[in-house]
Amino acid sequence: MALFEVQSLSFRYRRKYVIEDLSLTIEEGGVVALLGPNGSGKTTFLKLLLGLLKPARGAIRLQGRSLGDIPRRELARQMAYVPQVHREAFGYRVFDVVLMGRMPHSPLFGRYGEQDFRIVHEALEKMGISHLAELAYTEISGGERQLVLVARALAQQARIFVMDEPTNGLDYGNQVRLLERINGLAAAGYSFVFSTHHPDHAAAVARRVVMMREGKVICDGSPGESLTPRMLGLLYGLPSSMLSAGHELGAGLAALRGAQA
Amino acid sequence: MSDRALAVGEDTAQPTATSENAQADQATWTRRWFRTLAASLPMVACAVALPVVMIVSLGLGRYPITAREVFLFFVQKLFGVVHFTGDRMVLLNGILMEVRLPRILAAALIGAALSASGTAFQAIFVNPLVSPGLLGVLAGASLGAALGIVYLKTWFAVQIATFIGGLLAVGIAVGLAGVYRVKSTIMLVLGGIISGALFSSLLSLVKYLADPYNQLPTIVNWLMGSLTLSDRGQVLKVSIPIFIGLALLLLYSRHLNVLSMGEEEARALGINVQRVRLVVILCATVVSALTVVIAGAIGWVGLIIPHLTRMIAGPDNRKLMPATILVGASYLVIVDDISRLAFSFEIPIGIVTALVGIPCFALVLRNARKGWS
Repeated sequence: MALFEVQSLSFRYRRKYVIEDLSLTIEEGGVVALLGPNGSGKTTFLKLLLGLLKPARGAIRLQGRSLGDIPRRELARQMAYVPQVHREAFGYRVFDVVLMGRMPHSPLFGRYGEQDFRIVHEALEKMGISHLAELAYTEISGGERQLVLVARALAQQARIFVMDEPTNGLDYGNQVRLLERINGLAAAGYSFVFSTHHPDHAAAVARRVVMMREGKVICDGSPGESLTPRMLGLLYGLPSSMLSAGHELGAGLAALRGAQA
Repeated sequence: MSDRALAVGEDTAQPTATSENAQADQATWTRRWFRTLAASLPMVACAVALPVVMIVSLGLGRYPITAREVFLFFVQKLFGVVHFTGDRMVLLNGILMEVRLPRILAAALIGAALSASGTAFQAIFVNPLVSPGLLGVLAGASLGAALGIVYLKTWFAVQIATFIGGLLAVGIAVGLAGVYRVKSTIMLVLGGIISGALFSSLLSLVKYLADPYNQLPTIVNWLMGSLTLSDRGQVLKVSIPIFIGLALLLLYSRHLNVLSMGEEEARALGINVQRVRLVVILCATVVSALTVVIAGAIGWVGLIIPHLTRMIAGPDNRKLMPATILVGASYLVIVDDISRLAFSFEIPIGIVTALVGIPCFALVLRNARKGWS
């Protein structure tokens, strides 16, 4: 059974349609990258997948069940949201931020137990950030914060990770580090849907690339099929001469793909 | 920074080092135990401080009674271990049980309520600058109380009017901040200031229209912010809804953590955001509005105590909420001591909290930016 079945989905803010008649099926396992220019509806689509927004028309099914019929807590046990890095929080300990991932698993007015703490330690270890556990969330770097949010998703014990521009604002080293972890987790059977502004990031981890423009899917296929100079030119409105083979970006993509193989 | 970068670089080597001997396990266990002890120390200190402050305060006053005597009095009263003679006991009973204890309990209750309310508001609006005072709750509650005194007869009705006034004020503050669709810290503060000003002027109107011989003095006396008039029956009646509100805020402290990360994240973590928000705002409003019933509008406590406690116990609401209740209670008992004893006459407690609170807040604001930005 398909993980996500999206049928003629539409969504609008006020009058303006952000997503229009979008249909898509996402299989379990693997990594799907959403690529598109600013304002193409990537973030809106991810929020619709998470059930954070209600579609104007159309339906989303998660493993055959309509998304609207699944209670929030149950949904949170299956699917985790890794938002863009933000700083608006209090300076909670990193450990306590990851502990929040245990919320959907613990009784409504209960407390976190020994098992929750163990799971949080495991999640921190898996992301290689155990040494950050006692630090304040606001005092670590952006890249580390992103890893903390992924660790929280792990602690949530969700199998599906929805990530909104996870590499945004990270330096090169942290980008590579994060993509590396995503690769590792995907190999362990987790499903990823993430949006990105970097075609090379899609190439590095995704098994499938969905290109969105003005709320519609214009291309959907393996990185090899979709990340061509012609399609990228179409997606971002660039003349293909700027993206021709031998160009810096093309070379970068080839190198990444070579490294992956 | 460079240390941390190194640590990140080294973590790839960690998995091979997992098969260390039990000695290392022992060491981590001891370290964790010490860490737990160190982490619970602030909480223990807060919990011990409150009874100590209350017992010492019982001894303070025009008629001096030592802390030892207070202690022995309660031992005799509760366990029947006779120490004082009959006359002395009657005298102590009069001073401690009839005069000082109700007042100290009222101060502790109000301090706890205002502080918990401030903590809850700050977490739910993810805004370090809000408090029951700044959101207009106290002004709204004062108007409600004044209207209640003029037009309603029963105690219960006055309490309800106070609560409705407080709730209206929060509603207007949040509504004004929302109109401009800017989610900024300052907009909500401005909304609160406008809402507070509106209710203050409405209160002036009620005062102006009130009967100057009976109603006006009662309103003015009541709202001045004084604990002089607090009698036991009244404190007892108000304490029940306040305790319920505090209990709910404590139950929801875990949710407050998650909610302060942002609405969408909280929902993605399985939280019913609308319900939690409604319950928390209602509780924080009830709890702080009802303090107006006992002693009028006491400002600044709900703003500075959460910040002060955050410096002691950290930002985690699971610890912060109980700690802030204890610290707030102790703080207001101490401030009440000052208002009783600093001068040869008593000054309204609201004046003292402002005088103590404003410089405190100026200091706190400097440190608070660290945990917030």
